[in-house]
Amino acid sequence: MMNSKFLTPVSLKIVAVAIMAFAPLCVSASGGGAFFQHADNDVGDAASLQRGARNFVNYCMGCHSAKYIRFSKLRDDLQLSDDQVRQNLMFAAKTSDELMEVAMEPADAERWFGQTPPDLTLIARSRGSDWVYSFLKSFYLDDRAATGTNNLLLPNASMPHVLWELQGQQKAIFHTSEKDGVVTEHFGEPTYFEAFESVQPGKMSPEEYDQFVRDLVNFLDWAGSPEQLDRQRLGIWVIIFLFVFLIFAYLLKVDIWKDVK
Amino acid sequence: MSEDNGLSRRRFLTIATSVTGAVGTVAVAVPFISSWQPSARARALGAPVKVDISKLEDGAMMRVIWRGTPVSILKRSPEMLSRLENEQADLRDRNSEQEQQPAYAQNEFRSIKPEVLVLISNCTHLGCVPTNRFEVAPADLGPDWVGGFFCPCHGSKFDLAGRVFAGVPAPLNLLVPPYRYVGDNVLIIGEDTEVAA
Amino acid sequence: MSGVEVTGESQGTRLLAWIDARFPLSKMMREHATEYYAGKNFNVWYVFGVLAFVVLIIQLLTGIFLTMNYKPAALDAFASVEYIMRDVEWGWLIRYMHSTGASAFFIVVYLHMFRAMLYGSYKNPRELLWLIGMLIYVALMAEGFLGYLLPWGQMSYWGAQVIISLFGAIPVVGDPLVEWIRGDYNISDITLNRFFALHVIAVPLALVMLVVMHILALHETGSNNPDGIEIKANKGPDGIPLDGIAFHPFYTAKDLVAIIIFLILFSAVIFFAPEMGGYFLEHANFEPANIMKTPEHIAPVWYFTPFYAILRAIPDKLGGVVLMGGAIVVLFFLPWIDRSGVKSIRYRGWGYKGALTVFAVSFLVLGVLGTLPAEGIYTTLARIFTFLYFGFFVYLYFYTGNEKGKPVPERLTYHG
Repeated sequence: MMNSKFLTPVSLKIVAVAIMAFAPLCVSASGGGAFFQHADNDVGDAASLQRGARNFVNYCMGCHSAKYIRFSKLRDDLQLSDDQVRQNLMFAAKTSDELMEVAMEPADAERWFGQTPPDLTLIARSRGSDWVYSFLKSFYLDDRAATGTNNLLLPNASMPHVLWELQGQQKAIFHTSEKDGVVTEHFGEPTYFEAFESVQPGKMSPEEYDQFVRDLVNFLDWAGSPEQLDRQRLGIWVIIFLFVFLIFAYLLKVDIWKDVK
Repeated sequence: MSEDNGLSRRRFLTIATSVTGAVGTVAVAVPFISSWQPSARARALGAPVKVDISKLEDGAMMRVIWRGTPVSILKRSPEMLSRLENEQADLRDRNSEQEQQPAYAQNEFRSIKPEVLVLISNCTHLGCVPTNRFEVAPADLGPDWVGGFFCPCHGSKFDLAGRVFAGVPAPLNLLVPPYRYVGDNVLIIGEDTEVAA
Repeated sequence: MSGVEVTGESQGTRLLAWIDARFPLSKMMREHATEYYAGKNFNVWYVFGVLAFVVLIIQLLTGIFLTMNYKPAALDAFASVEYIMRDVEWGWLIRYMHSTGASAFFIVVYLHMFRAMLYGSYKNPRELLWLIGMLIYVALMAEGFLGYLLPWGQMSYWGAQVIISLFGAIPVVGDPLVEWIRGDYNISDITLNRFFALHVIAVPLALVMLVVMHILALHETGSNNPDGIEIKANKGPDGIPLDGIAFHPFYTAKDLVAIIIFLILFSAVIFFAPEMGGYFLEHANFEPANIMKTPEHIAPVWYFTPFYAILRAIPDKLGGVVLMGGAIVVLFFLPWIDRSGVKSIRYRGWGYKGALTVFAVSFLVLGVLGTLPAEGIYTTLARIFTFLYFGFFVYLYFYTGNEKGKPVPERLTYHG
């Protein structure tokens, strides 16, 4: 029996038991599970990334910077020409080597919104693409909020529903909670979200809006790690090389060991 | 299996493994060595600089920074140009044969247009910034001086086209950077003029 | 006199002789490689030492190159990491190698330590080897903790805040100590800069010296093996252990295979899943540190979570700190807690096999619990498994006084 090459029976059993013991404990806690949708974006789709870049620059960059990306990177990686980048994506910047920064002063932002709109270069990495996708779809009308809208994923968000013209307006239907026969409502902390109901249609159909958001999220996904496609391509070659190396090294090892009794 | 066969199998495998390992090592070294190349930020900061020279008067000089070095732009007056043409000084490289300028500046004026001289203001000896001495025959530079640049560090002298005098520590003419015109009054320092074939 | 070849000697041989007269090169090669004999029955558990060495090299190399572009100032640190990821040629690769290497280091080191528990590698005469190894482990934890502050993300800042404030639990000296560690009234640019100096120079120097000592100590006693038999007890007429084989070429060749397999796994992570679901690169750390906003769950990186779970299991702050520290300190005493004369698990009683299984399970479960919020059933479980973790050592001390196992053979079992 081949035992001394790999794990001895005893140590193998210990490892197996250990793994089986903690597997059930790997509970994944998902937050805000009430309305969580999958972005289903494809970072390899250059056309989608281009649309997403346009969406970002037109609707988000008034307040949010993407200050770790250079415009020239949009040109190089998104298969756009320098002119296309200058005309469609650069408003305040002078050269395409510049970073995607915004003009809003943090002090002004604090006054107008209560906080500085965060930079979004890494939002897809810190919150996840699916979260951003769901976030942009879950603004709903709320009289009690200063902006007139609230957000299911970010309760009491200072951000207004910037995309309202495209999505339209919706209201959220909650179960109110009942405790001992008394009905209570929770502002900003919906206990049981049931569904959204459209109150006013936007310029886009629901499918068009979904695609709009998907493109935008796709762009943010790319922006978080622009090297990801090249990285994966290179990885395949590296691992193929290592397997070739492994074959030689293994045959050499067997040859060196063949007379050991 | 004979001893020879066994040994040659061993040798083959050792060589194959070693060669693969060496290739892998070189491949791994590439990213590390490449990381020393100028980064995107360096390339952005080293990007060409646009200069508007419409307000530059005859005999005046302006300075800009390109890639961290001072670039001087001198508007030579007609008088300065005639002094340059008639200059008798003993120059090391009168015809600009050393590669201190792009091809389109390899002429007696060392510039695209005679009136506008673009130079990197680092003395070719040890890098000091030369002073402007455009006047004729000042006391300290002697009666033969018809205008140019004088480096205070070790006394190197250059004429009004940045050409180095013989007998001074600096070995080469002042460097002319790549540049081109956009219209008549705007220069882009750092981009070459496309020369029609 | 140089220049004339005599008796067909090659230039290489003469060069080697010149060096050997001035530096013990050939002597070291013999003592530590070509004439260092180890048991021929090493299995996969014996591969993690050399893998740890490989990871150390990777961390040193990538660390140096990161330091060339990283800025250790609170205002610049986060941006400098993104600069490395985006603007520096191949910066992303160097960064991912370093972040993956940090986690790989702990995976490899934990498995390396577990091997010692399987085969009694900490027992006489290798107690000092184990102690040096434990010092390496502690230095490694310090290195990981210090390094984690450097990206200056949300988790960097708040994780450091929590761990440093633990020192405040120490009576009398606690609060001044915390201020002294921070160099400021709160974690700040000052703390970051000094952690940078420690992470880049001080601890790596200590680590390298400890690793050299570790290998010297190992070579002084000779290596253990999966049967726990001292091969030097059975030497041939030439003085070479009968069950021994030379480290070079046998284990250099075998280790090369292991190293390549490791590199395949390492590359798979770097190129396809560098974040590892948020365990190698935590999601919260992609937000710059915000002293006004605490993240929902502050958790240390996965390799500290077993000890974090123990810390949180105890309701008293000082008690938690003491027990957390104790969980590491108790390991130092393992050679004296385990009193059995039998080294390898192969010949030990079922009591030991069961206990070690419980210990391994406890460590893993505590690790998982450390990533979860400290409430409800999780706290109860953390307390149970903390009890089991320490219980292992208590049990071991009493059980091994009279352990009944199988008879230990005189010669190694090797099945080719």
